[in-house]
Amino acid sequence: MAVYPWPDERGRFGEFGGRFVPETLMAALDGLEEAYREALADPGFGAELNQYLRTYVGRPTPLYAARRLSEHLGRGRVYLKREDLAHTGAHKINNALGQVLLAKRMGKRRIIAETGAGQHGVATAAAAALLGLDCHVYMGEEDMRRQELNVFRMRLLGAEVIPVRSGSRTLKDATNEAIRDWVTNVETTHYVIGSVVGPHPYPAMVRDFQAVIGREVREQILALEGRLPDYLVACVGGGSNAMGLFHPFYSDRVRMVGVEAAGEGIETGRHAASLTAGSRGVLHGSYSYLLQDEDGQVREAHSVSAGLDYPGVGPEHAFFKSTGRAEYVAVTDAEALRGFRLLSRLEGIIPALESAHAVAYLEKLAARLEPDDVVVVCLSGRGDKDVPMVLDRHGRKGGNGDGP
Amino acid sequence: MDRNPLAERIAACLGGGGKLLVTYFTAGHPDLETTVRVVEAAGEAGADCVEIGVPYSDPLADGPVIQAAATRALRGGFRVAWTWEIARRVVRSGVPLAVMTYVNPVLRYGPEAFCRDAAAAGVAGLLVPDLPPEEAGELGRLARRHGLALIPFVAPTSPDHRIRMAVEAGQGFVYCISVTGVTGARPEVSARARELVERVRRYTRLPVLVGFGISTPQQAGEVARFADGVIVGSSLVARVDAAASPEEAVRSVRELVAGLRQALPHPDDTFCRPGRGDTPPGAPTARAPR
Repeated sequence: MAVYPWPDERGRFGEFGGRFVPETLMAALDGLEEAYREALADPGFGAELNQYLRTYVGRPTPLYAARRLSEHLGRGRVYLKREDLAHTGAHKINNALGQVLLAKRMGKRRIIAETGAGQHGVATAAAAALLGLDCHVYMGEEDMRRQELNVFRMRLLGAEVIPVRSGSRTLKDATNEAIRDWVTNVETTHYVIGSVVGPHPYPAMVRDFQAVIGREVREQILALEGRLPDYLVACVGGGSNAMGLFHPFYSDRVRMVGVEAAGEGIETGRHAASLTAGSRGVLHGSYSYLLQDEDGQVREAHSVSAGLDYPGVGPEHAFFKSTGRAEYVAVTDAEALRGFRLLSRLEGIIPALESAHAVAYLEKLAARLEPDDVVVVCLSGRGDKDVPMVLDRHGRKGGNGDGP
Repeated sequence: MDRNPLAERIAACLGGGGKLLVTYFTAGHPDLETTVRVVEAAGEAGADCVEIGVPYSDPLADGPVIQAAATRALRGGFRVAWTWEIARRVVRSGVPLAVMTYVNPVLRYGPEAFCRDAAAAGVAGLLVPDLPPEEAGELGRLARRHGLALIPFVAPTSPDHRIRMAVEAGQGFVYCISVTGVTGARPEVSARARELVERVRRYTRLPVLVGFGISTPQQAGEVARFADGVIVGSSLVARVDAAASPEEAVRSVRELVAGLRQALPHPDDTFCRPGRGDTPPGAPTARAPR
């Protein structure tokens, strides 16, 4: 297999990706690309990042054999990649730390970020505190309400959380506001994008920082099973934990499944499944799939999970979809909530609602598994942040949290 | 592009020692009828070109005023095809029109169809703020084929090689973004605007205009000392937004455009005469459509 050639020099993965941003940002993107290339070539940068990943984040995160879950499914052996055990509670820290280190190297003193569920905001705030930089996080008002605990955590970590009141008051609007801030303060500020989205070089850079997930899985599964997995399963909002898991297996005979949020059901139109039910276009600086109306106005996404509640998706996932390298499916809010309870009961692990989508899909995947198939699921984050919301949902329905 | 009305107006104005005044309005804000009337009023009060902005759900180069106008227009049921209706109705008044749109509505409409329908409605220019020259190749070719000027943007952060790339691909005029930031009024003209205009002139003979943050006649006059003209948007959109009726919107727009015009020299001194802003709507304009 030849060396993976994407993105090309125009920042394209096949026809997807590119840079669709105001001219004011173009020089900064060139500068970022160059700084990133230099950092990659500098063994000192990699050593410093690895040191932090080991001693601060707690990597490598375990690959856990989920026996009771596997028994429940009746076929296959399921392993959970425990990103929920990473510092700050999700895979987001891998990228946040990499980018904040890069920002410091570039001489930027001010960090901005957007956040949906708040996990990327918390991770960026932690990394900024660690490295002594000034941090401002844009967050939709609706998400601040849904994820109050993370707002408090960010503030404890010294970040300023800026409420966003435009549009649907969720991740899409927080991203718009962060880009507007960056356009204004581009010379002093680095924008830490939290997923494999945005203009080139972000999708590639975030992928590279998250690929530590897949590299560790490869070593761990070889040690545990003596072979590579048959399936990789991960939830996809913007798609960073999925790309981090998938990418190191690109050239292997390993099937990849990205699980999007079907919200209240694809047929209701109230979902966040850009790849499953969206169409091609530009959102937040790159050409990919998105949810849009006939006029190209971006539609609001809907998901019980704030981290998946985004109408776009990373361009490399669009590329994987178009070439068939990965398969993309969607599970509903109700199915995800069942996955949330299932993992809690069977394994004593409360997953993030985002990750619960990947767990929920296993019940469907089971039907096509061979008895000895090895399945690795990325448990991208822990669910403590979601407990109040799940409780509230049960409260409204008059239930007591029992089930599935 | 020799028959492009924008190019002809630019040549006539600058050739006569004038400075260009470009104004911006959000299409369908607060409704289609009002947009038609304020665009006409701006033309009558002395605008050399009116940009009609296509409302977009995610306008990342825009500040709060134009964001709010877009939201209001979209809530009012705006469809991209309204842009062509507005253009068809105002083009008769003789003011050259340009359409400003983010790239996604163009992709969704189909770039070829978008250029075709714009040209058919009498639009002379196209501005796409999130389409840098690297990505603009196809749209540039289509625009040219349909006689539309694809107007290039440059920013204070653009290094010289980017300025060269932008102006070589661009047509009509060069849009200098005066500040690092989004659209919206600012108390003072950025000192960086002048430096940018001087850098741009090294690479092009296209007229060089300055936009973002210019809201008053005094600021327009200041910029006209070093640039070929100004682009004024948010302060006009704010006037339309604040107006209680279409009549008030027209009056308020006419007043500001006339004030801006007076601050900018023009070969046709009709526009420089004090009191022009009081002329009632529909009064004959001294300037015939060219």
